[in-house]
Amino acid sequence: MDKELDIVIIGGGVIGTAIARELSKYELDIALIEKESDVGWGTTKANSAIVHTGYDPKPESLMARLNVEGARLFPSICEELDVPYKKIGSLVLTPHNEGFKKLEELKERGKINGVTNLEIITQQKLLEMEPNLSRDIKGALWVKDTAITSPVELAIAFRENAEKNGVRFIFNNKVTGFEIEDERIVEVKTDKSSFRTKWIINAAGVFSDKIARLAGDNSFTITPVKGEYALFDKEVGNLVNHIIFPLPTETTKGILIIPTVDGNLLVGPNEHITTEDDTEVTQEGLEEVLNFAKKECPSLPLNMIITVFAGLRAKALDRGDFVIEPSQAVRNLINVGGIQSPGLSSTPGIARYVLEILKEEGLELSPKLDFNPERRSIPRFSNLSWEERERLIEKDPNYGELICRCEHVTLGEVIEAIKRGANTLDGIKFRVRAGSGRCQGGFCGPRLIPLLAQLLEVPVEEITKKGKDSNLVVGETKE
Amino acid sequence: MKTINTDIAVIGGGPAGLAAAIRAGELGANVILIERDFELGGILNQCIHTGFGLSLFGIELTGPEYAERFIEKVYTLNNIKILLSTMVIDIQDKTIYGVNRYDGPIRIKPKAIILSMGCRERTRGALGIPGERPAGIYTAGSAQRLINIEGLMPGKRAVILGSGDIGMIMARRFVLEGAEVLGVLEKLPYPGGLTRNVVQCLEDFSIPLYLNHTIVEIKGKYRVEGVIAEDLVNRKKFSFDVDTILLSVGLIPENELSKKMGVILDPKTGGPIVTQDRETNISGVFACGNVLQVHDLVDEVTRESYIAAEGAIKYITGEKKEERTVEVKPGANIRYIVPQRISLPLDKPPYIYFRPLEPLADCEIVGESDGKVYLLGRTEYARPGEMIKLRLKKEVLNGSSDIKVSLEGERI
Repeated sequence: MDKELDIVIIGGGVIGTAIARELSKYELDIALIEKESDVGWGTTKANSAIVHTGYDPKPESLMARLNVEGARLFPSICEELDVPYKKIGSLVLTPHNEGFKKLEELKERGKINGVTNLEIITQQKLLEMEPNLSRDIKGALWVKDTAITSPVELAIAFRENAEKNGVRFIFNNKVTGFEIEDERIVEVKTDKSSFRTKWIINAAGVFSDKIARLAGDNSFTITPVKGEYALFDKEVGNLVNHIIFPLPTETTKGILIIPTVDGNLLVGPNEHITTEDDTEVTQEGLEEVLNFAKKECPSLPLNMIITVFAGLRAKALDRGDFVIEPSQAVRNLINVGGIQSPGLSSTPGIARYVLEILKEEGLELSPKLDFNPERRSIPRFSNLSWEERERLIEKDPNYGELICRCEHVTLGEVIEAIKRGANTLDGIKFRVRAGSGRCQGGFCGPRLIPLLAQLLEVPVEEITKKGKDSNLVVGETKE
Repeated sequence: MKTINTDIAVIGGGPAGLAAAIRAGELGANVILIERDFELGGILNQCIHTGFGLSLFGIELTGPEYAERFIEKVYTLNNIKILLSTMVIDIQDKTIYGVNRYDGPIRIKPKAIILSMGCRERTRGALGIPGERPAGIYTAGSAQRLINIEGLMPGKRAVILGSGDIGMIMARRFVLEGAEVLGVLEKLPYPGGLTRNVVQCLEDFSIPLYLNHTIVEIKGKYRVEGVIAEDLVNRKKFSFDVDTILLSVGLIPENELSKKMGVILDPKTGGPIVTQDRETNISGVFACGNVLQVHDLVDEVTRESYIAAEGAIKYITGEKKEERTVEVKPGANIRYIVPQRISLPLDKPPYIYFRPLEPLADCEIVGESDGKVYLLGRTEYARPGEMIKLRLKKEVLNGSSDIKVSLEGERI
């Protein structure tokens, strides 16, 4: 590739894509490089999907500032990009009377951070709001503005909107090194190609310290911390109405019970230090998560689990805060690392903050006059009224053909997902939920594999679950 | 929205729905048969092995051959309307809301409903097997669909978890396609499926059956690279070098629609609680086939569906009479019994279907009512993988109380 880019963003998680979308508002030549074959496949796809209000980060920290700002911007961004956002509120439980002191402290901290709508409630009120919680809980801090969202859909929406506004997305490229001249990175090398650029933004999640090292930057270290989750059937999605938190410790918000935007119930995460490629669920980990949640919500039915998974948090334990700053090792690298909780909540704040840093570092910006902030999601059959369904099917009969029977996903949605960049089974699942229901793709999987091959015009053996070597079939059967 | 009125709506066009529609149609009712796939026959279409029809037709047919007999028949009955590629989304107050690409949303108002949606497979997620989430893990039925319908091989070296019938049948299918099957692992001390499948699918093909074994970990991040198995008796772990895992760990009656409309389920069967006419707690709503109880043999599904259709006809013609009901409760060594309720009076005593909890030999089947004990029948062997069918004795139904049925025999 010959032409020099203005900006290369490394990492296509929710942070990298958010930055791409924010920067696409300006006349810049931008490419985002991602090692996987889609956006949002690292930490973005396996976390608690909560937009925290910002009551609990340490006052004055970058976390506190960007969380509060992010939470404020979240509803309008989700509106612009047509991404689910539901303000359902959260409850921080105390199992003993001494815990009320801690709840007061949290409320106080919230006040300092600028978070309002916090109320400490008694057991009686709590059980009125959440009748399925244990009678052993003494009371709670009610955080009325906490919301839930869909992080992968958000990353997908950022991508679609950034692409519409000129950002290029380069997948299946793993950054392997930098060409450095006069303390400036002049070229980003990947295992497949190379990109000349003026600026580099390192949003590589759990790998961000490794990317920094490639530029000789040792200023922070990422500790991957694994969290395991269990996802429950929609049938028990209403077991709780708010996000349920235990009393937090200094390092973690604890194991939560979370209603999801799709109507399921999510339980997790625990917290175990691990390596950056370990997303294995363990027997012990799963038991830890479920036993904890069972104590708070005794009627949680363990036979209603539809899947289990694990995600990694990228913690910069040596900093105790987000690491969002220009690198001291080279002059044109901005590190965006250590984006652990409340990273998702801070996303819009982080994207703006990176823009500020680039300005301070001397990047000249001229607004793109034809920037289009809008993105519409794929019509979701299951959420539509019968009248809306009728109109949709009249326009495109593929929306009348159900392909995922658990989540009621139509062929029309799947085709649209593939048009918009899904090239794997997981890519379809994250866009339109085909395969994410109780049968876990047992029914639609065998139908989607040939469909993907047909629409992508590749041999069926090349179709994968999630890129790389995750091929689904080895070939055709005997004649 | 297009609205259709009819006598009987049958939901699901697999073996149960086909038989129910045909019997109801033969008895003169106007029937709508709703199928979500583009063709009738259900799972039979992918069951290209033989073994179907022995008890009903006296010959061994393949799944598609068995289905064909019913599909041909159903198209000859002019009072049966067939809706293909039509998914039922909701049922409210006996009004069915479905959708397809030709009609768009569609509303069906029947006098009676027969539920025949079949079952689905239990997944890895439901088992919570530790490990990453690589490609190469298939439920046995999905693999069967891939191979027999799509013509695609899921892998080269497989291990099978669970010894349900489909798992054993797929073990043989893999070998026939030139793939290797390193073993079938069953966590219980006895196989989950029929004895004939243990012999014809595993023993005849030298596929080892590991009883008291399970998978404790799945290796591989992108594609399955192996599994760690555990011998549950002596707690020894060892590994299998495979690229594919097939799961045959149970079938779950697909009752999401039934639950939406308020049908009460039996936690033991996962299907509706029914009378001998296969009528659920909602008057005029019937259930048959694997949505009611997971059967071993399709022949029994067909017979059960005839019963449900006759029940539905009695309901719409107003011939149904019910003075009282008695409950049939599982006693010692019995997992469940269908029907769970018997509606009285009746002309002749009905059949009951049940499964034992454990393998037993030289069994007596004993009924108890009003404190009196009756010998209902004997069976040489009773195995959890094989459903037992038995006609109740009239005397047991003469009492006023519930009926308890037990199985007495030697544990094997």
